[in-house]
Amino acid sequence: MAANDLAIRVRNVSHQFGEEGSRQFVRAMLETSLDINRGELLCLIGPSGCGKSTLLNVIGGLLTPTSGQVLVGDTEVRGPLPHEIAYVFQENALFPWSTVLENVNLGMMFQGVPKTEREPRARKSLAAVGLSDFANHYPGQLSGGMRQRAALARALSLETGIILMDEPFGALDEQTRMVLGEDLSVLLSRTGKTIVFVTHSLGEAVFLADRVAVFSARPGTIKEVIEIDEPHPRKSGFMTSEKFTNLRNILFALLHEEIRKAMEQSTASERAAGGDGKA
Amino acid sequence: MSAAPRETASRKSAKRAKRDHSALGSRLVQAAFVLALLGLWYIGTTYGQISPILLPNPVRVYDELVDVLATLEFVSDLRVTLIELATAFSISATSGVLLGYLISRSQYSIRVFEPLFAGIYSVPIILFLPLYILFFGLGPASKIALGVSTSFFPIVLNTIAGFGYVERAYVLSARSMGASDYQLFRWVLLPAAFPIILTGLRIGFTVALLSILGSETIASLAGLGHRIVHLGEGMDMARMFAYIAFAVAIALTLNTVTSSLEARARRR
Repeated sequence: MAANDLAIRVRNVSHQFGEEGSRQFVRAMLETSLDINRGELLCLIGPSGCGKSTLLNVIGGLLTPTSGQVLVGDTEVRGPLPHEIAYVFQENALFPWSTVLENVNLGMMFQGVPKTEREPRARKSLAAVGLSDFANHYPGQLSGGMRQRAALARALSLETGIILMDEPFGALDEQTRMVLGEDLSVLLSRTGKTIVFVTHSLGEAVFLADRVAVFSARPGTIKEVIEIDEPHPRKSGFMTSEKFTNLRNILFALLHEEIRKAMEQSTASERAAGGDGKA
Repeated sequence: MSAAPRETASRKSAKRAKRDHSALGSRLVQAAFVLALLGLWYIGTTYGQISPILLPNPVRVYDELVDVLATLEFVSDLRVTLIELATAFSISATSGVLLGYLISRSQYSIRVFEPLFAGIYSVPIILFLPLYILFFGLGPASKIALGVSTSFFPIVLNTIAGFGYVERAYVLSARSMGASDYQLFRWVLLPAAFPIILTGLRIGFTVALLSILGSETIASLAGLGHRIVHLGEGMDMARMFAYIAFAVAIALTLNTVTSSLEARARRR
């Protein structure tokens, strides 16, 4: 595949927290390499603490890896790239002292969008996520699902080619995340954006992703990449199809032994140090 | 705007009306309580056997209070007390917020200074008054020093708490969107810390007022506290009570003003 079809190239990235031999020492990621195509939605899935979020933060430039490099387009990532990459965090990333509209505007101000362009772009992205009527509400007045829609609107308004999503629906209930997943599939199929999406839900991964990268237990590395060959936008009918079930089962089999391993690791390290591992 | 926000707005105003109603009720009970106390005071001193040296009749106290206000006799003492308060509060607010912000910049200095200041804050600082009088004399300077040393700690501690414990996700998301250091401060750290700092300033103001009035009653040359003790020593009880009532009214007014300033700033 030609290099310019690749949005993100992850090359032999390793990362560790703390100094070797110290109590806090955790080898989070080991020699991870991954190519992410322009316009695809790639899900990262794996046992908790395997380094999925670490990889996402390395791609986003919020974390400098111990070794290896990440290229976004042809630029090496050395810090946040606000013009190329937008983030949607798990929760609590909207500023509670600003309204939804002000939150979206602030993001664009940080990014450097001229003042006159901000308002129309904010209105447009709020309309895209169905929050036009709640522009003047404060985040505390919205439900968890609506807050995540607002966070998505903020990311969309930045008009970046890449959006990184770190378990964006992780704190929501099953029904809300199902509806949001459907809406996201519809919304993103139109935009042609490159999405990297961290989740621990097998169903969510199969439903949303073009490809699913399965992480091994710590030190995390990518064990296998599964293609989900189903056109976007995906309908809720896909969720009950045999194809969906088969893919979900394949993922489950891949993950199952890694989750066991990860659990054994964490009980062993707790017994050894009395401390806990870091994600 | 569609129906949904309007609906919440009307529900909110209904709730507010209900709250106002119950607030009015509790205000009435509070007023009745104060009136009952005044009534007991009047009956006890008019018909009872209470010595006017210990507790003068409220009617006499009222007459004295009217005289104090009418002759503007209170002005010079009030001016001394208020200048001491304003000076002390300006010093502790400026230094407390500034130092608190600087300390909050690193986890290391938070770990060093926060427990240290919290420890000093729990010491009864009034014990230093004799020392301050030795250092600064009987005039306003020793009162200001005491006011600063009592109000500095709640202000600096709240500032550290406000700036030092901002949710990491706010900072990370702002950084990911390209916020500069100044933008991060102006749009994230400052609004996150503001309500907590404001609470520190209100507490600081209250304790400064308390300690200044208190220290004036212990050793001083002028001020409301000084006047009250002076009248007490001269056995002029009714006038002393009038000054106490006046000082209480001033303190209540100042505290109400700062509380409502805090509430208004929070609402924004």
